[in-house]
Amino acid sequence: MTTCEDPSGFKQEDEFMDILEERRRSSDLGHALRTFTPSPYKGAPPLSAGALNRMVLESQYLRYVTKEVAMETGESVDLVREEASGILDEMSQNLQLGFIRLLGFTLSKVFKRLFSHININQEGLNRLQQAIQEFPVILMPNHRSYVDFLVLSYILFTYDLPIPVIAAGIPLMDMKMVGEILRRSGAFFIRRAIGSDKLYWAVLSEYVRTIVRTGYAPVEFYVEGLRSRTLKSLTPKLGMMHMVLEPFFKGEVYDITLVPISISYDRVLEESLLAHELLGVPKPRETTMGLLKARRVLEEDYGSMHVYFGMPLSVRQLTKGRVDRCEYNLLPRDLPQRPSVETQECVSWLAQQVIRVQEQSSILSPWSLMACLVLQDHQNTDPAGEEQEKGLSWELLTQRTLWLKGLAISFGARLDWPEQLPENQVMASSIALHRYVIRCHQGRVTLLEEERPVGAAPFTTEEGVVRRARAVLMVAAYRNQALHVFIRPAMLALAIHTTHSSQREDIYSYFRFLLDLFSNDFIFITGRSSQDFEEACSLLRKCGAVQTSQQEVTSPEEGQRTTSFLRALLQPFIDAYQVVFRHLCLEDVEVFTERQMVPAVRSLATKLLLSGELTSCDALSSDTQKNVLSALLRLGAVTRLRTAEHSEFRANKPAISRLADTLAGRLPVQTAPNPRL
Amino acid sequence: MASNNNSSDRQRIAQQRLSRIAAHLHKHEHGNSGIIAKECKIDATGSTEENKGTVRRKRYRLSGMTLPRLQDWFENTFGASVKHKSPATPVLNASVVPPPRLNEAFVENLKATGIPFSNEAEDRVFRAHGHCLHEIFALREGKKFERIPDMVVWPNCHNDVVKIVELACKHNVCLIPYGGGTSALECPPEETRCIVSLDTSQMNRILWLDEQNLVAHIEAGIIGQGLERLLNESGYCTGHEPDSMEFTSLGGWVATRASGMKKNVYGNIEDLVIHIKAVTPRGVIEKSCQGPRMSTGPDIHHFILGSEGTLGVVTEVTMKIRPIPEYQKYGSVVFPNFEAGVACLREVAKQRCTPAPIRLMVPEVYTGSHPAHGPRGVHRLPSGSWSQRCTPAPIRLMDNKQFHFETNQAVRWLRTTDVAMSSPPIGKLLMYCPCCSRPTGYLSSHALKPQVSSIFTHFVEGLKKFYITKLKGFDPHQLVVATLLFEGDRERVLQHEKQVYDIAATFGGLAAGEDNGQRGYILTFVIAYLRDLGMDYCVVAESFETSVPWDRVLDLCQNVKERIIRECKERGVHQFQPLTSCRVTQTYDSGACIYFYFAFNYRGLADPVHTYEQVEHAAREEILANGGSLSHHHGVGKLRKEWMKDSISNVGVGMLKSVKDYVDPENIFGNRNLL
Repeated sequence: MTTCEDPSGFKQEDEFMDILEERRRSSDLGHALRTFTPSPYKGAPPLSAGALNRMVLESQYLRYVTKEVAMETGESVDLVREEASGILDEMSQNLQLGFIRLLGFTLSKVFKRLFSHININQEGLNRLQQAIQEFPVILMPNHRSYVDFLVLSYILFTYDLPIPVIAAGIPLMDMKMVGEILRRSGAFFIRRAIGSDKLYWAVLSEYVRTIVRTGYAPVEFYVEGLRSRTLKSLTPKLGMMHMVLEPFFKGEVYDITLVPISISYDRVLEESLLAHELLGVPKPRETTMGLLKARRVLEEDYGSMHVYFGMPLSVRQLTKGRVDRCEYNLLPRDLPQRPSVETQECVSWLAQQVIRVQEQSSILSPWSLMACLVLQDHQNTDPAGEEQEKGLSWELLTQRTLWLKGLAISFGARLDWPEQLPENQVMASSIALHRYVIRCHQGRVTLLEEERPVGAAPFTTEEGVVRRARAVLMVAAYRNQALHVFIRPAMLALAIHTTHSSQREDIYSYFRFLLDLFSNDFIFITGRSSQDFEEACSLLRKCGAVQTSQQEVTSPEEGQRTTSFLRALLQPFIDAYQVVFRHLCLEDVEVFTERQMVPAVRSLATKLLLSGELTSCDALSSDTQKNVLSALLRLGAVTRLRTAEHSEFRANKPAISRLADTLAGRLPVQTAPNPRL
Repeated sequence: MASNNNSSDRQRIAQQRLSRIAAHLHKHEHGNSGIIAKECKIDATGSTEENKGTVRRKRYRLSGMTLPRLQDWFENTFGASVKHKSPATPVLNASVVPPPRLNEAFVENLKATGIPFSNEAEDRVFRAHGHCLHEIFALREGKKFERIPDMVVWPNCHNDVVKIVELACKHNVCLIPYGGGTSALECPPEETRCIVSLDTSQMNRILWLDEQNLVAHIEAGIIGQGLERLLNESGYCTGHEPDSMEFTSLGGWVATRASGMKKNVYGNIEDLVIHIKAVTPRGVIEKSCQGPRMSTGPDIHHFILGSEGTLGVVTEVTMKIRPIPEYQKYGSVVFPNFEAGVACLREVAKQRCTPAPIRLMVPEVYTGSHPAHGPRGVHRLPSGSWSQRCTPAPIRLMDNKQFHFETNQAVRWLRTTDVAMSSPPIGKLLMYCPCCSRPTGYLSSHALKPQVSSIFTHFVEGLKKFYITKLKGFDPHQLVVATLLFEGDRERVLQHEKQVYDIAATFGGLAAGEDNGQRGYILTFVIAYLRDLGMDYCVVAESFETSVPWDRVLDLCQNVKERIIRECKERGVHQFQPLTSCRVTQTYDSGACIYFYFAFNYRGLADPVHTYEQVEHAAREEILANGGSLSHHHGVGKLRKEWMKDSISNVGVGMLKSVKDYVDPENIFGNRNLL
């Protein structure tokens, strides 16, 4: 891959270093109390949090919106202003060095307990340090765990870099004390469902813009919007992205630097919670008591954590030719202005770009590779089979994992595989780390199911399914961490297989169909489908799994191992989509809400699992189901009826069954493809 | 190469241009502007020492003198060095001049009219270029000319022009009007017809002066400075003082929509013009009366204003005149930073008490909007301070770089070169231009105080500096200066001055004396000379301008400077950072005109002019993206044509095209500017 295709700029020389090592050798208190003289932020005059808030409240923009809201609602301007002020008080951060120090001290203790290593690429930090001196910097980490939240501040504190202000969800604020601690550590809080609350939008966007414009501090936010429960990347949320970029589009700053950051975990703290949530067991409310109760979590080992600071991306360079900044010339800059379609597309493209970089620079653990293989084996085993034949033999797993390791590396994955240790030991320690879901017993590797509480009634068959699914989904999360490496070649392999064609054109159109259909589950960059296709071809060519010519793409016999592995990797998703399609095509489904759809699909999937018609549990995952719904909406096969609080949907059954048939290869891909791709 | 002969030749050719420039300046030596124009002609033709030899030799000797402090400044700023001089090429080489493509029938008919013309190489080359960087650079380097006029004609009056245009239409000859010779002159290389340069320099009379209505009827070929001097003799002025007034002609002002630095009092050219007579291929266009304003559909003057020589030749103009102001007072204000300066200028514009020129120069290390100044540095003053509308005069704000240049380097340098006062005029021009503090009598018509250099003045200067930087806490790398000029009756001027200083004080401004104001005011006239001098030291420089709403002034200045610095870096200007500086030169109710200066040392660059053009192109894109206009008063020409569609919309371009198609279907005025 050339450098321009690999914007993350990962090089083999990028060396990781463990920041906990130093912490284990010297005093945490000393670390917390050391002189903190961060490199100055270019052009940033010292500004207190209070002054920042005043600037926001007194801004032309907020005055204008306040007046408008007052007109619309009939309230007095003063009342609306007060309301705005209240919103700001609820939202605003109150970054204080003292709390950063306190946090530094606590986190040193906590991190040392939880993790064996926190590895960061020092080169990336050097680049960040330079970037910080030039232009406003936006830190854009992926979001896989609550730990993400403060780890960046901790690292930046350790390396004498300015502490960022962090966009956080309101639920965190409601936790007693914790909310306040976070606020003083630089968090500002955003309500979940802002909807069409004009005043709230205005306050929030002006707040964010002012921080960027004045160079108050680096802004940290999760472009995915939420913590990913599946550990896959999520479709980027663009609201915050627009706010952050607007000062550049309006010429208020010369440039903005985006720094994609990949945080990867060997083991995620919330792993069991994730699976529960996906299976519809409600997520416990974030409370301080809950947090205290969760301290059991502290007693376990979570392996290492990798934080990779990506190459800083210049918004000016990236948007060159994509955005016409002149569109902002005709309105006063202080008035709200809807960005043009091009700008919106460009912002969405930028967000996808960032996510791609995050994916490319994330670090895979050996366990992620093993998870792929364990699940594929699990899919193929009959759940009702003999106990001793259950599971995968250790030898087979070892052999396959090593093969997969080679494949992953040739596909450009970044693997955290300690080469100095014997392979057996690396894998065994992975199993040990994940001993709550997997076990190696008598040479066979099996998934563990949740223990039945003592004295509880025996499980019903349905409960048994959920029980098994929980383990599968937990492992699936780790498989998902590796999907971005294989997804394009996998789609190509599937396209060759499904179309039964060797014509490049046919295969490419099915490939595009897959990209389009699955673009809620996997993040692709809009308008790059042909590059994605070429990339997939070249990767598979490299490992001998396809042969390509001007007109043809064929899959030779000797590449079967690779292609069948890749297809099997996609199979759970295809199954899940088909299950949802099937549900929506049922006669009694007419108009439905999301809340109705999720349990209905779940029960259908359970039935199918029990009958053995369905072998993968991904169809039970509510995230996957919601993604299918979004995809159908996007493709016009489902229409939204109302945009009230709970949207209702109507399924276009012929369209859905057409999609289902196309996906299964029973129908050729229709021309007039989605213009988006 | 190293022979004395060669190098003196080289200097002589460089001198040619300088002497022409100088000719405009030395009004005391020469009788009237007519003579100036004629001398230009001689200048161009006579490359031998016999013609006006004494003058030239004197000039020559002076230009070769060492300039101790100026050199320091060049060296410190650009890393220029005498060791790396880039001398201009020797005398015009006939081989680089393409032979004239004459239209015999046209020449025959023209002879019959008795209008003087020439097809000498020097005459043609002289009218093939303006003062743009690439043009001067090509001249210096002795590059081969791709396309130059094939002949030059000198009409003497409106009727001569009518005859020439008629003949040109008859014989399908391309005409390019030539006024002051600063811009809009390049010949389109693809032009295959005979190109005739129509030099209006002989049309330089004031035909009548109407003291009842305060208007004057003037031939369009008159050069700005000449016009002003002739009017002054009768006790009047036009008040139109573009920075280039020593070179540019009245017709040129009309054709490019010029703007003068005193426009706050007198107005821009479009406000000053009452009547225009122009000759087009369709005939003569003019209005039937001299009413001060008319509602007769869209104003046809506006087709001519800014037409950049694409529709016809402006021959006569009736212009407003004003009595010479009884009292003039310069002034200056120092601000702690550029933001404060801009905020003050904005307030002054809001209260409509702008002095004629007020200019603001920007600091080098300008750092974006300062929260202390509220959103984007816009101060709010208690309303109700709307006083009576006082007669404004110019107010200009210079940035920190210009401030330094003007005050520190130049003054120091000047002090050490007092000896040079005895040198002949052109020497003084060169010596004193960078500072303009004293011998400015040669540069402008304003009488200046004689130089008094003593220990006492040093002491006072030192005290002032101490007061501003130490007691007031101004950061010398941030502070900027605004220069002011008040005109009118004494009482009003003083009252007005107080009003402006009061406003300035609310923005942290400190009055910094008359001398600084005067110096800055005159500095403006000098910058073009510096550019030419810089070329001797491997420094290329140019200025460009824009107009922009008030709320975008700061961001635009910052972004454009940043862009220039980055583009230069990308293009290999490594050794020394380019000089970027800007000033606010015009204020309007809703916005301001900003002038950028940009210079870099081009040692090591293969094609400095190309580099310069790329950087300027990028800077222009940046200006447009930041809400600035394509041009405030420089016009479009050929350099900025590509942005016209975006600037005035497709329909706008179509309207202009259809006017061109009607007025000049054969493209007789074929300089291909604008569209």
